[in-house]
Amino acid sequence: MNKILELKNLKKYYATQKAVEDMSFSINQGSIFGLLGPNGAGKTTLLRMITGIFFPDSGQIIFDGKEFDPLNDIVKIGYMPEERGLYKKMKIGEQALYLAQLKGLSRSEAMQKIKFWFNRLEMDSWWNKKVEDLSKGMSQKLQFVTTVLHEPKLIILDEPFSGLDPLNANLIKDEIYGLAQRGSTIIFSTHRMEQVEEICDHIILMNLGQKVLDGTVSDVKQQFKENKFSIKLKEIPASVNGSCFDIADQKANALTVKIKEGFGSNDVLQYFLQQNLTIESFNEILPSLNDIFIHLVEGTRAKTRAFQSSEA
Amino acid sequence: MNKILLVARREFLSRVQKKTFLLTTIGLPLIIFAFYAAMIYFQVKSTDNYKVAVADYSNIFNGKIGSNNDELSFEFLKADTSLLKTKLEAKEFDAFLVVPATFSLDGKDSLFFRSAKAMGLMTREKIQTRVNKALEEKRLLSLNVSKAQLDSLDNQKELIKFSSASGKEENNTKVGISYAVGMISGFLIYIILFIYGTMVMRGVMEEKVSRIAEVIISSVKPFQLMMGKITGIGAVGLIQFLIWIVLVFGLQFLLPFIFPGLMDQMHGQPIQPAGMQAAQAVKNSGMMGELASGLSQVNFPLITGCFIFYFLGGYFLYSSLFAAVGSAVNEDPQDAQSLLFPIMMPIIFAMVIMTKAVNDPNSSLAIFGSIFPFTSPIVMMARIAHGIPDGVTYFQLISSMVLLVLGFLATTWLAGKVYRVGILMYGKKPTWKEMIKWAFRKS
Repeated sequence: MNKILELKNLKKYYATQKAVEDMSFSINQGSIFGLLGPNGAGKTTLLRMITGIFFPDSGQIIFDGKEFDPLNDIVKIGYMPEERGLYKKMKIGEQALYLAQLKGLSRSEAMQKIKFWFNRLEMDSWWNKKVEDLSKGMSQKLQFVTTVLHEPKLIILDEPFSGLDPLNANLIKDEIYGLAQRGSTIIFSTHRMEQVEEICDHIILMNLGQKVLDGTVSDVKQQFKENKFSIKLKEIPASVNGSCFDIADQKANALTVKIKEGFGSNDVLQYFLQQNLTIESFNEILPSLNDIFIHLVEGTRAKTRAFQSSEA
Repeated sequence: MNKILLVARREFLSRVQKKTFLLTTIGLPLIIFAFYAAMIYFQVKSTDNYKVAVADYSNIFNGKIGSNNDELSFEFLKADTSLLKTKLEAKEFDAFLVVPATFSLDGKDSLFFRSAKAMGLMTREKIQTRVNKALEEKRLLSLNVSKAQLDSLDNQKELIKFSSASGKEENNTKVGISYAVGMISGFLIYIILFIYGTMVMRGVMEEKVSRIAEVIISSVKPFQLMMGKITGIGAVGLIQFLIWIVLVFGLQFLLPFIFPGLMDQMHGQPIQPAGMQAAQAVKNSGMMGELASGLSQVNFPLITGCFIFYFLGGYFLYSSLFAAVGSAVNEDPQDAQSLLFPIMMPIIFAMVIMTKAVNDPNSSLAIFGSIFPFTSPIVMMARIAHGIPDGVTYFQLISSMVLLVLGFLATTWLAGKVYRVGILMYGKKPTWKEMIKWAFRKS
């Protein structure tokens, strides 16, 4: 698969701390990529380097097969930063037009695309409203539209769902899938693990400026699984005592077992079959990304940094 | 480049399309004009014809005190005090004067004006001037000074003349005009720097507060955003000034049409718009000649050219600094105050030098101030008004211009670096030390 973005040993140091230290990874075209990390992990700095706002101290960014050239490649990127906003006094239509033109679209091109997106997200009637008259959710929608309007190859969304109700969040989510299907690559930065699990193909976890985890969601889960299975039986057994597992938890007729080293899930099933107990369900318990996140980050003294260090 | 224009266009349109812009740009001169017109109108109207009856028993005035006009007239009649009193009560006149037969010109006797109502200060003054002048003439004549001699005294207006070493004559009018032109243009640039500089600063702060800065600079370079903003607001300023100038001049020439007949009444009014004054001066050809020669000695194309140059140069020099301050502060406008202080100091300092320079364009302070780029936009206007080479030499003018361009390139470059960092900074207000560090760091 084509790699849209490749980072090689990217570094960015501030006077007092290492914001991003030796970061390397690559992103396939058309994938939805999750960038995770606690507050102050260096995500924003990393994203700002990818969007050409900051220059890396060292390292290389390969964008679309070539060395990243912020001046020209910027139009192929749509960035929705965490600290985002719009001109409050400006009319919504004009605002979208202005931002699209800044991304290099001609006026007529921009108009056409704005109409398409406004129609799609049911924003037609907003054209002459001012941003200050919009609710937070509505302005988020507008912000999303202005980010993806120019059909960028790479879309970077920092906490895109904050402030959206479930209905609108789903709407945006569907659009994100749609964009990915049409060949855009999406980098998705958030703390909301359930969204990452749902949406992302590939994730990276950063902490203290370094990459802690890199892989597909299922790979990562496999990597951190604890060999736990949940088994549901028809009747409660008098005693369960198998040599191949330990009972981690028991709730009425549902058991959680942890398989001992050297054994497999079939050994557990065999034990229960031998006991002549009726098995209603049997499935593996994979850790949630949330658990993995907490497991990895906890105790690494990830002190919260200010949104932007005083040295940039 | 294209993006700078896009940003400038938005900055320009978003300001020009606002109602407040129309209000201040078109409404303000209209209000000032209306106020002006009303003031003149009432001044003209309120001067009622004040009639004074004079019973001159000693025939000291020969039946004439100056020339009567609409404001004040003296009428001579033979009547005694009691008859005058009854006529006064009948409102045939506003005041009367009885000159007793024993009145002598030696200055020991007084003249008593009696009026029905208390006499206004202005009227008193007018009466005093007219009567004193008449009396003075009589006294001089009584000292055997002939009428012709008296007239020749009046005609010796310009006994003392000044000229430059090259022999070019300079009358007082020219110096006065130079002074006024220098003062006005210097002051205008001072105002421009403040008004539009703060406008740039507030625009930058707005972008920061509304959190749009990062969205925008993911599309344009911070420097382009800053330059676009400065250019756009500069264009707003230029347009606003042009509209003001056109409106002010246009309305003043309209004045006679709005108040027909006003022109005739206006004679001798102290407060007049320039257009009226010029029109009136035509009647008064002696004065007009002097004014014209004074005006012709002031090099207006040069001054206009320099004004535009220093307007733009000064604006660009300072507005980028204002932009840098705007980018550094957060929501709290109070923070801006303390950071602005060092920027406003040279502007105020320039204003002080300028007031000195209009009087003495070749003092060393004025020369320094007109060449140093932070003060030159204001100070040079004061010197240039006196012309070349009287006010300023070509060498000084050119070095001042070159330094201003270099200065504006330097401040824009440094401010751009501060801006780049500041615009993405939230949290605590940076100190000057930090900002200077940002400015001089390698990118």
